Amino acid sequence: MIAVGDAKLASIVADFPILSHPTSRGKRLVYLDSAATSQKPQSVIDALVEYYSDYNANIHRGVYEIAARATDAFEAARAKVARFINAADTREIIWTRNATEAINLVGYSWGLQNVKSGDVILTSELEHHSNLVPWQLLAEKTGATLRFIPVDHRGMLVLEDVDTLLRGVKLLAISHVSNTLGTITPLEKIVPRARAIGATVLVDGAQAVPHLAVDVRALDVDFYAFSGHKMLGPTGIGVLYGKRALLESMPPFLAGGDMIRKVEFERTSFNDLPWKFEAGTSNIADAIGLGAAIDYLDRVGMDWVRGHERELVAYALERLAPLEARGLAIYGPKDPALISGVLSFNFADIHAHDLASILDTDGICVRAGHHCTMPLMEKMGWPATARASFYLYNTAADVDVLVAGLEKAAAVFKL
Amino acid sequence: MDDFYRDFILDHYRNPRNFGRLDQPTVSAEDLNPLCGDEIRMDLHVNGAGIVDDVRFSGKGCAISQASASMLTEELKGMRLEDVAKLTKEVVLENVGIGISPTRMKCATLGLRVAKSAAIGEIAGWPDEE
Repeated sequence: MIAVGDAKLASIVADFPILSHPTSRGKRLVYLDSAATSQKPQSVIDALVEYYSDYNANIHRGVYEIAARATDAFEAARAKVARFINAADTREIIWTRNATEAINLVGYSWGLQNVKSGDVILTSELEHHSNLVPWQLLAEKTGATLRFIPVDHRGMLVLEDVDTLLRGVKLLAISHVSNTLGTITPLEKIVPRARAIGATVLVDGAQAVPHLAVDVRALDVDFYAFSGHKMLGPTGIGVLYGKRALLESMPPFLAGGDMIRKVEFERTSFNDLPWKFEAGTSNIADAIGLGAAIDYLDRVGMDWVRGHERELVAYALERLAPLEARGLAIYGPKDPALISGVLSFNFADIHAHDLASILDTDGICVRAGHHCTMPLMEKMGWPATARASFYLYNTAADVDVLVAGLEKAAAVFKL
Repeated sequence: MDDFYRDFILDHYRNPRNFGRLDQPTVSAEDLNPLCGDEIRMDLHVNGAGIVDDVRFSGKGCAISQASASMLTEELKGMRLEDVAKLTKEVVLENVGIGISPTRMKCATLGLRVAKSAAIGEIAGWPDEE
């Protein structure tokens, strides 16, 4: 159980200004949608304000003082990301807008260069559209085929026949944590097998990096994509990690300024990593903001974050269990060890959108719909689900408010 | 928003009127609300005088979309198809009453949009009157 008076948790909650602002109905904001985007601590907001008010300048070419300071802060943020995911080299960190853009970068650059007709791209049935649609497009362009690791009724990947599934696979593209169910992919069971047959491995870590300690070298993946805004950082900044040799061999994705070494009228030689993949003025402020977010997560400790979310999920499952007799259906394995801080559910015949609207009147933010995983929803036979997702600033009191909100929904719908 | 879900709304949600398909509709249309996945199909039967004499809707989704589609079908029966084409969202608001939040307006008007597009599509295929 999480002690409500936990001093560390209380100081974390106090670091997020939005959590102390009541809703228009005067309710305390109970934010349970961090899988969509996280809230931001004051230190991240301050880093953005400081950049814009103290040293706003373009990077890399300016010779004056604030330009040098902006360049240093921007590249220092990159180094923080590299250390945070244990990349071997800062040059392996490419800034993108988000995980989606990082995955598309690999699809267009590595994919069009390496994937040929007849190749197989292996992904899974629980992918976010961002780790599915780019591969559908790549398959269309190249004549490759898509294959899917199935999920069972609990939303767990079925890996008994992983070697059969991997036969002929050129690329394994898989999420680390499901955004709909929170299920954690046992990468240690799949990635070594994929490597053994020479497949390239891309992991969508958008739901993992914010919640688990991630070590890209221990995982031994080729590419790892994630977004800053789900891990306390600003929107509009994301990361593609790629093994250096692989990134070196790839053609640029976007072309323009900053990614060049020398431009003549007829030809161009390209800049070194990582800038080869960063055409145009980068999102300087938000990269620096993401650096501040990583500082914050480092101070809290990712082990604490994971432990806290496990406790919250365990507490939520315990508090929600009595509602199951009244028609509450919780999806996924219902085991805090197997899932991140995500619970998807439906309540009797109340549609998820109606449920979310009723919860909203009490200041509770949950997501309702298909969560950008329409094929998974179709397979499971769920037209929509409501999803509560937790993060380091959520408390047992938030779970209590959610349970009370569900009781109210049951009353409104006369269950 | 919670005061929106009154008894008659829940009744239309749980016991939708004119639910199902017509064997031989004059015109059908369907649409979905990609944001939330609500789906509605409308089958209209139009008699020789241009009057909607039978209607069915089918689909799935939230109480707002399904109840407002159900209530709308009761209005459609007996209407001139040309008037169906000219319906505005006021008819939906009159049916479901107050309390609908702006974010849910698309749910409430989904059935209306489908019925109108069926009517407009059918009328476009009619021969000119001259």
